Amino acid sequence: MGKKRLHIPRWVAELARLVLLLVATSMVTFVLVGLSPVDPVRQNLGQATYAQMSDAQREQLAAYWGTDTPIVTRYLRWAASALTGDFGQSLRFGRPVAEVVGERFANSAALMLTAWALAGVLGLALGVIAGSRRGGLADRAISSASYLLSSTPTFWLGLVALMVFAVWLRWAPFGFSVPLGVDAAQVGWAQKLRHLVLPALVLAVANTPSIALHTREKTIEVLASDYVRFAESRGETRAQVLRRHGLRNLVLPAITIECASLSEVFGGSVLVEQVFSYPGLGQAAVTAGLGGDAPLLVAIALASAAFVFVGNAVANVLYTVIDPRLRKGVRRG
Amino acid sequence: MGRGTEDCRANSMPLLHAPQASRGGNRRRVLVGIVAAVVFLAAVFVAGRLLWDAALATNFGEKNLAPCAAHLFGTDWMGRDMLARTLAGLSTSVFVGLLSAGCSAIIALALAVVAALGGRAADAAVSWLTDLMMGIPHIVLLILVSYALGRGFWGVTIAVATTHWGSLARVLRAEILQVKDAPHVKLAQAAGATRMQLVVRHILPAVLPQLIVGAVLAFPHAILHEASITFLGFGLSADEPAIGVILSEAMQYLSTGEWWLAVLPGAALVAVVAAFDRIGSLLRSLLGSKSVQE
Repeated sequence: MGKKRLHIPRWVAELARLVLLLVATSMVTFVLVGLSPVDPVRQNLGQATYAQMSDAQREQLAAYWGTDTPIVTRYLRWAASALTGDFGQSLRFGRPVAEVVGERFANSAALMLTAWALAGVLGLALGVIAGSRRGGLADRAISSASYLLSSTPTFWLGLVALMVFAVWLRWAPFGFSVPLGVDAAQVGWAQKLRHLVLPALVLAVANTPSIALHTREKTIEVLASDYVRFAESRGETRAQVLRRHGLRNLVLPAITIECASLSEVFGGSVLVEQVFSYPGLGQAAVTAGLGGDAPLLVAIALASAAFVFVGNAVANVLYTVIDPRLRKGVRRG
Repeated sequence: MGRGTEDCRANSMPLLHAPQASRGGNRRRVLVGIVAAVVFLAAVFVAGRLLWDAALATNFGEKNLAPCAAHLFGTDWMGRDMLARTLAGLSTSVFVGLLSAGCSAIIALALAVVAALGGRAADAAVSWLTDLMMGIPHIVLLILVSYALGRGFWGVTIAVATTHWGSLARVLRAEILQVKDAPHVKLAQAAGATRMQLVVRHILPAVLPQLIVGAVLAFPHAILHEASITFLGFGLSADEPAIGVILSEAMQYLSTGEWWLAVLPGAALVAVVAAFDRIGSLLRSLLGSKSVQE
């Protein structure tokens, strides 16, 4: 209704939504961190050290960790400096939060995007195979493997993979993205790649089943449609039907699912990074959460929310590229 | 559809009404499957409760034993029987899963009712809340909520309960919007039924099947997420028998060859989650007018 009177370009509306989302996320995170009964000072020092300290020292630490200021004041202060690009100091890492998140995010992005692309291609292929041979041997094998895998916790998959490939077969290195005792800056990309392979594979395998099962459903739906029946009655083979009519109609739902799965990939990466001691954002989130590092935790929550949002936005853009009907709609405004 | 269309392709004959069931009573088959899965889960739960004390009993004379007849799952570094620990841990998981998935379904229902019947502002608010909740990856949200509540049993349960209502709330909202305009509801409204009466007498019964299926389908996620955040150190505490605790301990023994510490409890968890998943999908297939015939 308001659209005709006030013409807001779509990207402006999307940007407004993103800003609103990030503001809400930061507020929720602050409230949750403020609610916590975990005292970050005690948590990080240990009871014995805490008991031995003088009151003055305790106060100094409380001021450093910000536990003595009320949550609203803390949030307003944080928000004011965040607007200028300063997300505060990470208490656990002793470095600016923006720096920690930037570095960790680069590591995680390599892991997540590899796994996501692998899972996407694999899931699409397996889903189409299973859906087009419904009830057959391939379908039953793919479907039951998918059901079983989607009941499998990602971190356990990682543990088993680590045991088989790193401990028994010694094909992959045992955790850590750089060898022990070597400066991280001096590690070549080949070495980094070697440490990326197994976690990325595990993350990919963990995310394949949902994509495969969704694609299978869609394939069955497409193959049961009138246009496929018509194409088959013209004498097209199953492969021709899939190529000419199936794929285009399969790609749209597949993109939705794959972009939506970014959230799951992020969640999985937290677990996989923990198992493989991979120095990514997920591992930093666990460290921050266990240590009561509020500034870092807030920044990570924001980064993850932005990541998921961008995934969905990319899906929206891709729709218009693939589906000409939607493209027309956008041009007309 | 499937079987019928395939047959007619094979015979290249326009067969419009192929017999869809080839293996006799579908409904019975589904019910048998559901009952079997429920019995399995109940057995795991009861066994876990009965073995609770055994799970905590240490015996340093029998530590680090590989699986054998006396200890099917082996023993750990404190000589605790891993089968007992696993079952006790699973019973906790099942309990947390049931409790949090149930609460989650109630939250979803409440929000869906508010969104569908509360006017446009309420609808917008609920849908924005849902978007916000689903915009942050689950694990990150779980870490935050569990941290806010100080971890432990209630921390996990509440964290899982408050993060799994999103998709069900959307489904229920759409269902309620449909039911709202049904003739019998309009009639009741015209006859002077209050909003509360409408909800309780006409709308709830209509969405009950969706609600139950949604709740059952949330169990597997709830259990997996409980185990995951316990594994990360945000959930149940280390002295409680929990699958997440067992597996995070097992991680320290990976390189020393004690494979049974990680493999067997994890496999048992997979079996439990798969059983819940099975119940959910069987129930769902009973609901659909098409899938019920398969």
